[in-house]
Amino acid sequence: MNHQFLPNNEESRREMLESLGLSSIEELFGCCIPANVRFKGNLNLPKPLSEMEAKRLLTQIANVNRPASSMVSFLGGGVADHYIPSAIDHIVSRSEFYTAYTPYQAEVSQGTLQNIFEFQTLICMLTGMDVANASMYDGASALAEAVLMASSATRQDKILISQTVNPQYRETVQTYARATGLEIVEIPHKDGQTDLEAMEKEIDDKTAAIAFQSPNFFGIIEDPFPISKLKEKGKKTLLISVVDPLSLGIVVPPGDYDCDIVLGEGQPLGNPVSFGGPHLGFFAATDKLIRKMPGRLIGQTKDVDGKRGFVMTLQTREQHIRRHRATSNICTNQALNALAAAAYLNLMGKKGIQEVAQQCLQKANYLKEKIDNLPGYSIPFNGPIFKEFAVKANRPFAEIQKVMVEKGFLPGIHLQPYYDGMDDWFLVCVTENRTREEMDRFAAGLEGV
Amino acid sequence: MKNRDLIFEKSRPGKVGYSLPELDVPQKDNILPDNLKRKEPAPLPEVAEGEVIRHYINLSQLNHSVDNGFYPLGSCTMKYNPKINEDISRLPGFAGLHPYQSEDMTQGALKIMAELEKYLCEIGGMDRVTLQPAAGAHGELTGLMLMRAYHKHRGQEQRKKIIIPDSGHGTNPASVTMCGYETVEIPSDDKGCIDLEALKEVLDDKVAGIMLTNPNTLGFYEENVSEVCRMVHEAGGLLYYDGANANAIMGYSRPGDMGFDIIHFNLHKTFGTPHGGGGPGSGPVGVKDKLVPFLPNPMVEEEDGKYFFDYDRPQSIGRVRSFYGNFGVLLKAFTYIRMMGARGLKQVSEDAVLNANYIMEKLSKSYYLKYHRNCMHEFVLSGKKQKDEHGVTTTDIVKNLLDHGIHPPTVYFPLIVEEAMMIEPTETESKETLDNFIEVMEKIAKMAEEDPEKLKEAPFTTPVRRLDEASAARNPILKWEPEE
Repeated sequence: MNHQFLPNNEESRREMLESLGLSSIEELFGCCIPANVRFKGNLNLPKPLSEMEAKRLLTQIANVNRPASSMVSFLGGGVADHYIPSAIDHIVSRSEFYTAYTPYQAEVSQGTLQNIFEFQTLICMLTGMDVANASMYDGASALAEAVLMASSATRQDKILISQTVNPQYRETVQTYARATGLEIVEIPHKDGQTDLEAMEKEIDDKTAAIAFQSPNFFGIIEDPFPISKLKEKGKKTLLISVVDPLSLGIVVPPGDYDCDIVLGEGQPLGNPVSFGGPHLGFFAATDKLIRKMPGRLIGQTKDVDGKRGFVMTLQTREQHIRRHRATSNICTNQALNALAAAAYLNLMGKKGIQEVAQQCLQKANYLKEKIDNLPGYSIPFNGPIFKEFAVKANRPFAEIQKVMVEKGFLPGIHLQPYYDGMDDWFLVCVTENRTREEMDRFAAGLEGV
Repeated sequence: MKNRDLIFEKSRPGKVGYSLPELDVPQKDNILPDNLKRKEPAPLPEVAEGEVIRHYINLSQLNHSVDNGFYPLGSCTMKYNPKINEDISRLPGFAGLHPYQSEDMTQGALKIMAELEKYLCEIGGMDRVTLQPAAGAHGELTGLMLMRAYHKHRGQEQRKKIIIPDSGHGTNPASVTMCGYETVEIPSDDKGCIDLEALKEVLDDKVAGIMLTNPNTLGFYEENVSEVCRMVHEAGGLLYYDGANANAIMGYSRPGDMGFDIIHFNLHKTFGTPHGGGGPGSGPVGVKDKLVPFLPNPMVEEEDGKYFFDYDRPQSIGRVRSFYGNFGVLLKAFTYIRMMGARGLKQVSEDAVLNANYIMEKLSKSYYLKYHRNCMHEFVLSGKKQKDEHGVTTTDIVKNLLDHGIHPPTVYFPLIVEEAMMIEPTETESKETLDNFIEVMEKIAKMAEEDPEKLKEAPFTTPVRRLDEASAARNPILKWEPEE
């Protein structure tokens, strides 16, 4: 058969078979695959579509969805509707980037390698940490890897995680921990922030790490200094911090509070929400921990002519060299998403990252105050918020959701499935993409539910 | 000569590459307490939009990619990535969909996931598939967690050994360790397949399972796969199929029919989604009925034409990442499968296998071939002859390929072949491309004979030449820092 993705015609196939001394493809497969495991029938798949039909079908299916991008979205929870500069898609659409693979051959991969080196640098600048890797699958799996890394670095297996950490991240950590036998202790929250007394009580010599999130799942910027100080109560205890990269435009970076491992979801940096993926996790640590880090690391070096170049380095940590003694099984990163993230940070630059963070902060706090003043709604927590905040309603969330969606709003994430006692609470996220007019209409709409 | 300065070196104070609307709410300066404020701004570069674009376009031109040349990187399946897929994943109805939106607003996306799951079940001969894992290695880890949950459920927690043939991918043992299991390696026989005697010796009631790549990394279909499955099952273990090489067998053989209990697919290998320079990939995991209860949460289900996420699965291992998987990648694989159909996928495997055999036969005259028999979609050539006779290594050989605009094969893997070059042409390369590759490889073999010293200096024409990896590792420079 001839197909637009298959360049060999029947003549080429015949010539190749002849050169092998074979008369049919059947002969070739017949001598390779034992008869008892040969699939006899035809795969039961829908009949093939032309490109035009495929595009029509997929467009129809896409139109069945009602995407957040066609509404006024207040959905967050780690993934949010931030503005993506036009330049980014033009950069990630370069097929020299997206049709390459892991840069095994450095001489012809300097584009990918230099980009990752710059990405590592940008993440260090943002977090204030010594070293960052080439990226992870997403924020949740990055936290799971951080926990494993802390356990391996300290040779201890008790991990304390604040319940203000994104519930999906905690679930992911639990899944990884069950497989490796780590002990995960979840620390309750008090007024929407990590209960420091409860955390202090749990810290002991066996504690490998304490993990918290700021801004946390409720959007509150937790004071990292007292949490960091708790490390002293343990023996070798490490501090793991989950952060929103955009918040670091204006919020104190983890490098300023003696943090050991920093990670987070990189989607806000120039990646579309895309129903939850593909996104990227970013991952940074102190110099001391370099050799315990999971994932790819790109380093600077010189070629034989003395010209600057970049290579994958410290590969003795990695699976393809170290096999079962590797720091992680991760082979790849989310290179293309990291490219978008790096391009975003370069476009926004020193000034833009502050401005976008400031806009999130100001707009979210504007709406928070507005909703707090609405009858039937209250703001249950006191701490300072960055771009998200919890709202407590005196009517069922399902009702709010229904009415608001009809008006073209996505009001937020229902908190009831994730926390006890939050039946009609929801989480509202405000990005720089929201306007005052939208927020005013939103508040008016809520009042009318 | 392209400007290859780092973006940081192009930065000048005051330049901007963005614009934002004026803040339209009253600015309050007392929201953040002082101790939570950033003291020094993050020193990100200051560059204009056009400079950023030029920076990346120049960088892109330093890369070899499938779109600009042959990329026969063994076991990585660097096939052509259809352009329609890029358009589909950018449709606002998909790209603009937030993962916390309710099911009634995301029926289209759920339908894609449910249908793709069905296709993968059919192609793999499995009962259910989770689409959550983000990459092949992530799929492996998920598969091993499923194994663990299964044995635990049956009160067989003493089963901690995973058998892996010495030809297995490095990820296999690394995933095993991450799952708290131990690796037991077994040798290959003189035909490059599993040594049944060696397998027999390690099978006992401590074995959790075996991880197999079939065709294996030598490119051979495991002749005794049914017998291996029978033996491992009899010992109470499970069989894991590493789908890295599934491009060879579509429509010809199904892991589920061979006897495998768990498989992972690499959508970025077999189903035409781009590798992205090292991600995003996608590593769905398929299982037989007995393992379905343990699959990660949530699964997509359908009732009366309505799709929904099922979280009410008490035996699930939990989630292995946020949300539902690399959805944008799933879309591309869905579109690919719909455009190929059953006959097309079979043709894919036929062409992939024929292309590999064609090159192998031709190159067996000038290079050493440890196992000379028909291969599947890839084969492992060796630079041993050139090394023994002329002191030229596989590295020297493949570095010269770069000068001819060809990406090298996977080298020095599998470990059981000396000076290995693992070559996987894929079905999306024409005979003309293969002939050119063969010609170049023969030319290099000749150069190894005639001018080995020169060959050791290759490459000559690449943006940089051989890089000093040793000093990069000894004295790691992992980020740019301003000069003092």
